[in-house]
Amino acid sequence: MSANIPPSVIRRDPVIGPGHTAGSVIDKISSIVLSRDIQRGWFLLLALSGMGVMLLGVSVGWLLTRGVGVWGINEPVAWGFDIINFVWWIGIGHAGTLISAILLLLHQEWRTSINRFSEAMTLFAVMCAGMFPLLHLGRPWLAFWLFPLPNTMSMWPQFRSPLMWDVFAVSTYGTVSALFWYVGLIPDFATLRDKAQNKIGRVIFGMAAMGWRGATQHWARYEVAYLLLAGLATPLVVSVHTVVSFDFAVSVIPGWHTTVMPPYFVAGAVYSGFAMVLTLMLPVRAAYRLQDLITMRHIDNMGKIMLVTGMIVVYGYAMELFFGWYAGSTAEGFMVHNRLFGSAAGAYKGLLFCNLLTPQLLWFKKVRRSLWLLFVISIIVNIGMWLERYVIVVTCLERDYLPSSWGDFHPTIWDWSLFIGTISFFLFMMLLFIRFIPMIPIFEMRSLLPKSQAGAKAAAADQSTDASKH
Amino acid sequence: MSETTSVSVPDEVGQRLADKSGRTYWRSLDELSRDAGFTERLTEHARREFPSQVELLADPVQRRSFLQLMGASLALAGISSCTRQPDEFILPYAKTPEALVPGTPLYFATAMPWSSGAIGLLVESHMGRPTKCEGNPEHSASGGGTDCYAQASVLDLYDPDRSTAVIRNGRLASYDDFVSVLGPDLEAQKQKRGAGLRILTGTINSPTLAAQLGALLTDFPKARWIQCEPVSRDNQRLGALLAFAEDVTPRHMLERAEVIVALEDDLLAGGPSAVRQARAWAGRRRDASAMSRLYVVESTPTGTGSMADHRLALAPSGIDRVARAIAQAVGVDVGSAGGAELGGEDAAFVAAVVKDLKAQKGKSLVVAGEALSGQVHALVNAINVKLENVGKTVEYGEPAAPASVEEQAGLADLAREMSRGEVEILCVIGANPVYDAPVDLEFVAAMQKVPLRVHYGLREDETGVLCHWHVPATHFLETWSDARAFDGTLSIVQPLIAPLYGSKSVHEFVALLAGKPGIAGYETVRAFWKAKLGDPADFEAIWRRALHDGVLANSALAARAVSLKRFDAGAAPSAPAGELELAFRADPSIYDGRFANNGWLQEVPKPISKLTWDNALYLSPETAAQYQVQSGAVVEIAHAGRKLKAAVWIQPGQARGAATLHLGFGRTRGGKLGTGPGFNAYALRTSTALWGGAATIAKSGETYMLACAQEHHNMSEFGYERDLIRETTPAEFARGNFGAPRTAVPHKVADTGTGHGEKPGHAEGALVTQYAGYKYEGYAWGMVIDLSTCVGCNACVIACQAENNIPIVGKEQVAIGRELHWIRIDRYFAGAANSPRVLFQPIVCMQCENAPCEVVCPVGATSHGADGLNEMVYNRCVGTKYCSNNCPYKVRRFNFLLYSDWTSAALKLQRNPDVTVRSRGVMEKCTYCVQRISMARIEAKREDRRVQDGEVVTACQQVCPAQAITFGDLNDKSSAVHAKRALGHNYGLLTELNTAPRTTYLSRVSNPNPELAGA
Repeated sequence: MSANIPPSVIRRDPVIGPGHTAGSVIDKISSIVLSRDIQRGWFLLLALSGMGVMLLGVSVGWLLTRGVGVWGINEPVAWGFDIINFVWWIGIGHAGTLISAILLLLHQEWRTSINRFSEAMTLFAVMCAGMFPLLHLGRPWLAFWLFPLPNTMSMWPQFRSPLMWDVFAVSTYGTVSALFWYVGLIPDFATLRDKAQNKIGRVIFGMAAMGWRGATQHWARYEVAYLLLAGLATPLVVSVHTVVSFDFAVSVIPGWHTTVMPPYFVAGAVYSGFAMVLTLMLPVRAAYRLQDLITMRHIDNMGKIMLVTGMIVVYGYAMELFFGWYAGSTAEGFMVHNRLFGSAAGAYKGLLFCNLLTPQLLWFKKVRRSLWLLFVISIIVNIGMWLERYVIVVTCLERDYLPSSWGDFHPTIWDWSLFIGTISFFLFMMLLFIRFIPMIPIFEMRSLLPKSQAGAKAAAADQSTDASKH
Repeated sequence: MSETTSVSVPDEVGQRLADKSGRTYWRSLDELSRDAGFTERLTEHARREFPSQVELLADPVQRRSFLQLMGASLALAGISSCTRQPDEFILPYAKTPEALVPGTPLYFATAMPWSSGAIGLLVESHMGRPTKCEGNPEHSASGGGTDCYAQASVLDLYDPDRSTAVIRNGRLASYDDFVSVLGPDLEAQKQKRGAGLRILTGTINSPTLAAQLGALLTDFPKARWIQCEPVSRDNQRLGALLAFAEDVTPRHMLERAEVIVALEDDLLAGGPSAVRQARAWAGRRRDASAMSRLYVVESTPTGTGSMADHRLALAPSGIDRVARAIAQAVGVDVGSAGGAELGGEDAAFVAAVVKDLKAQKGKSLVVAGEALSGQVHALVNAINVKLENVGKTVEYGEPAAPASVEEQAGLADLAREMSRGEVEILCVIGANPVYDAPVDLEFVAAMQKVPLRVHYGLREDETGVLCHWHVPATHFLETWSDARAFDGTLSIVQPLIAPLYGSKSVHEFVALLAGKPGIAGYETVRAFWKAKLGDPADFEAIWRRALHDGVLANSALAARAVSLKRFDAGAAPSAPAGELELAFRADPSIYDGRFANNGWLQEVPKPISKLTWDNALYLSPETAAQYQVQSGAVVEIAHAGRKLKAAVWIQPGQARGAATLHLGFGRTRGGKLGTGPGFNAYALRTSTALWGGAATIAKSGETYMLACAQEHHNMSEFGYERDLIRETTPAEFARGNFGAPRTAVPHKVADTGTGHGEKPGHAEGALVTQYAGYKYEGYAWGMVIDLSTCVGCNACVIACQAENNIPIVGKEQVAIGRELHWIRIDRYFAGAANSPRVLFQPIVCMQCENAPCEVVCPVGATSHGADGLNEMVYNRCVGTKYCSNNCPYKVRRFNFLLYSDWTSAALKLQRNPDVTVRSRGVMEKCTYCVQRISMARIEAKREDRRVQDGEVVTACQQVCPAQAITFGDLNDKSSAVHAKRALGHNYGLLTELNTAPRTTYLSRVSNPNPELAGA
């Protein structure tokens, strides 16, 4: 079928720009890392986010000194920015695992140029997310009690608690993400070791490469390990946010206690993850002139995934409203009423604008291919997903069963400073990553070159899928 | 240390060294500073730094040893600098006092003096520290319950702001100084037969003290003793004098009344007399087939108004007219001006009330509050006479105060005498006139003309700071004294602890004035009663019996026969046109301001408004709309030519056109907590309009933050819609309608088993499940709260706070919803915003069988006990707060910050040693007083038996004046709690969530008059 289609019909963009050779790919990517120049823009951003990291330190210090009362949480809203930010960051992390694991297993070669970047993003997002469950404790120095450590008192954690499941889910997720990212990096570290101009680079990259020589046996084992890790990571994409959603779904609180939570949370996570990848990648792509390696094809595909997951999220919103009515419970019904007209109605309307209306633009190819529009949309989606978590956490708690206990939530300056602090930490880590580690997998990109076997296959696959559409 | 100045002695020493030339050696500070000026300065310095040692320093013989001590302290300060060592004194009991078992509290009977009559208490003492007050069941004013003031009094004892030493003109002095200085002055007065001596006290209920003061007046015949309280019984006294020509006080017997009409009287929830009244009233509200009926006419919503079967909200002038209308209708001769015209609805209300009253002659009761005029009190007395109630539902007896006087008149006289310069010595004993005297007396200016002013009080308050001498008083828990109850029943006030700061008791202080310093209070009180009882041979036995029981047997004053005199009740006051009627009322939390520094009372949400830490100008929603003000808006009140800025609080149930400002706030020297909050109503209160009058308000444009513990969300019908509150009437009750919503989903009951194949409260058990429930073989604790009798008085909230070491959090923390009370009283409004019905629902931990909090705690810090208690393990809690989020009743409380005071030494003494003091980051909640359960269980185990019904009494249950709370073992088929749970109107909260709560409620049964059914 594909043979009959003349090349002129193929209007899809390639996954790698024309004219690249193995050498040029290596040079292009490794030069960013091996360059001795310090670019002014990069340095300014690093300084700026470094200041934010210091703000993070101050916020954590004050929090540990005074207690969680420095935040705006209260009775009945005993969770506030801590859990909102935790869920938001965990969600952002999801794109990385999805891209690297699921798309790998599905042989979506276009993932290659963006997977390293998004895996790094995952890792740093999980770091940010992981801070919150720790810091939100009243007595964080006892956090190790959440782990099933054998002790003389025979005290075990409470295995029925969703927070306990969170501990396992997030720590597993963090570990597998880190392993996956690192294993994928080993061949590239070897490349950098070989190309490094100075001793320090050779030693550091050499140690990181763990003696990789590019032997066939290495490659064979690498392939197996990578595939196995991908297989391990795949269920995690679904499980982590499902477990996080259990924090809410397992409870009895109106608005939390719904079965739609797990799929709705997973979709929301992927949605926000892709939005964050776009938010970060579009400027990087322009700054380092990577248009050949991260092509319009990637960007277009990511736009489509955002559209799909966004629609699942909207389905979740619709179900929340539906169950508010269908449950026939006064408290559930009032929760919906409060969401629409209560103190957080502004946040809810903002979320509908960000997550329901804005993504509709992605139906249009022109929008998906307009870098500026896409950048703006991705930021709006990130805000929208944060608002979604705000609405879920705050509106359900502030107006639950007994009207006598109702209260409002007002974040304090320390709520915001910690949030801004983690964003800065995230950017700080991303900036370091961009500069010191190849952000695009060199060896995998080489495999996409038309001359390589895989590259040919990819090109053919492109043609066939494209053709079948027409 | 090369420089001597680095030691903390004043600069003068350094100066002296610098002045000397060449090498100088000195052996001691003493040698170095051998001049009088320095010694004085050192004394002053020591006063600031070491107040507890100043008595030693002031005594010249001991100065050397003091300096030795100080030097040693300085030296030791270096040694102990690594870790801060607490001051701890080991007191070994070489001979253990009999009955003292460490860990087991002892109870002593005493009484809390109060102007309207003392309340008898049993005080819990742990190793010599009083920690908690309980009501004395033997005492007529208590019957076992107490009010919130008695509960909070123990905190007043340990108040860190109490004055600790004698102060002379702002400087530290000793008691001996005071004695030596006062002596000549008193001697001079003796020459003048006491013409210049005035003694001002509060209302004195102690016969011994009254006798002492009486004796003092015989020594100083021209001296005068003035008793005055800001909230006195002047109007009641005047009413008795008008109606009966005798100074008698009514004693209400609500248990015998079928119909009760309360006019502006918070007889169920305001003040100590409310304790016995609430108990008597509640006894007639439990049986739906034989309920009494309560009508309330009031301007400001109170607990009593909330319990009314019919409530009429009227401005004070309207209440006056209602009283006259009732009087006329029952046939009282109301005098020259005749009765009063009433509007349509009010007239219908009064007509129904009168009909009801007449139908229940001899079984009805009309009562009037202190804020109503003496004429109205006289009319109410006459009404009760006409309705043949005297001797049946009300009797009259001598007032509790041995020397009853018209108080405000006496205070006004005193102010006049002082301003004329006739007073040479003013002794203020326990009163605070600078703060609370009517503003038109200009008390401060008058008082400053007195050459010698002495203040004796617990704190150096507004009056104390303007007096030459301030002498610290003893708290009643440190004092030997005596006190009469409302009916004259006498209690010996016995101290639970030696005076914490070595203060002298009021008897010792008055003995000093009488020129007999050094007589112990104990001797005075004992000698008085020995003489009073006629020095019987068995006095020792009587005395011991009285101390043990807390009451002197047969000491109640007999009721007096009264005969109604003709009197002229004058004309009803007319409502001010176009203005508001301002009303001053005693605050439900801090009364007249005396409890302003009591954190428990400041933080307890007021019964109806749920405001904490402040008072505010209450306006009805209609009036507020008329003036276009919101809650929190600051307005300027103009009344009787004076102005005051106060924040507005829109209070549903407030009478239209009435503006209420509670007394006791806006203090300038009220202590750390008492200084500041609220608005000083005394700044507007004049002697001619003690309880208010016409006023205008003007918006100021400013706003003020008011901390309300429960917002007005409850205004709507949520209480019913959500089936939280169930309400029914006797007629419906008889038909089996207990107030459950008609739309309620019928719950299938399954046997999840709490013991013998039965869920407690089977009508409201767990939903159908396939799992076999846990069998409670031992005990299964449960609680039933009767909504028909809870009057919302807050006694349980404070009792819980005292029992369970619950800290206060402060206004800002309350405002953002972080109060820590384990029991809260939910308040729901029903009906129109201007005249809503108010429903109270005390919420404790429900101790759910299927507790949502337990499964979500990741560390298992809250788990189910073998008795079915939902237990909280503080040590295990890491503070995820998930349990609180998942609690549908929101009874869990979190220590967001370090709320417990770990540093104030005095407060540590108050703590209950059986309950953990929680630190920051830990969740806490009601435990059903698990420490009391354990105590009873250990006792029972030792005696090899089961815990009997009634052996475990929770703190909230014990204190409740209305006995609305029942607690016990549900597995015990004969227990009171088991019987109550079997009642038809027993229901659980949110049982549709399958929580299977252990705490359940009895529907509120009210007894409306069918004739007013629509109203």
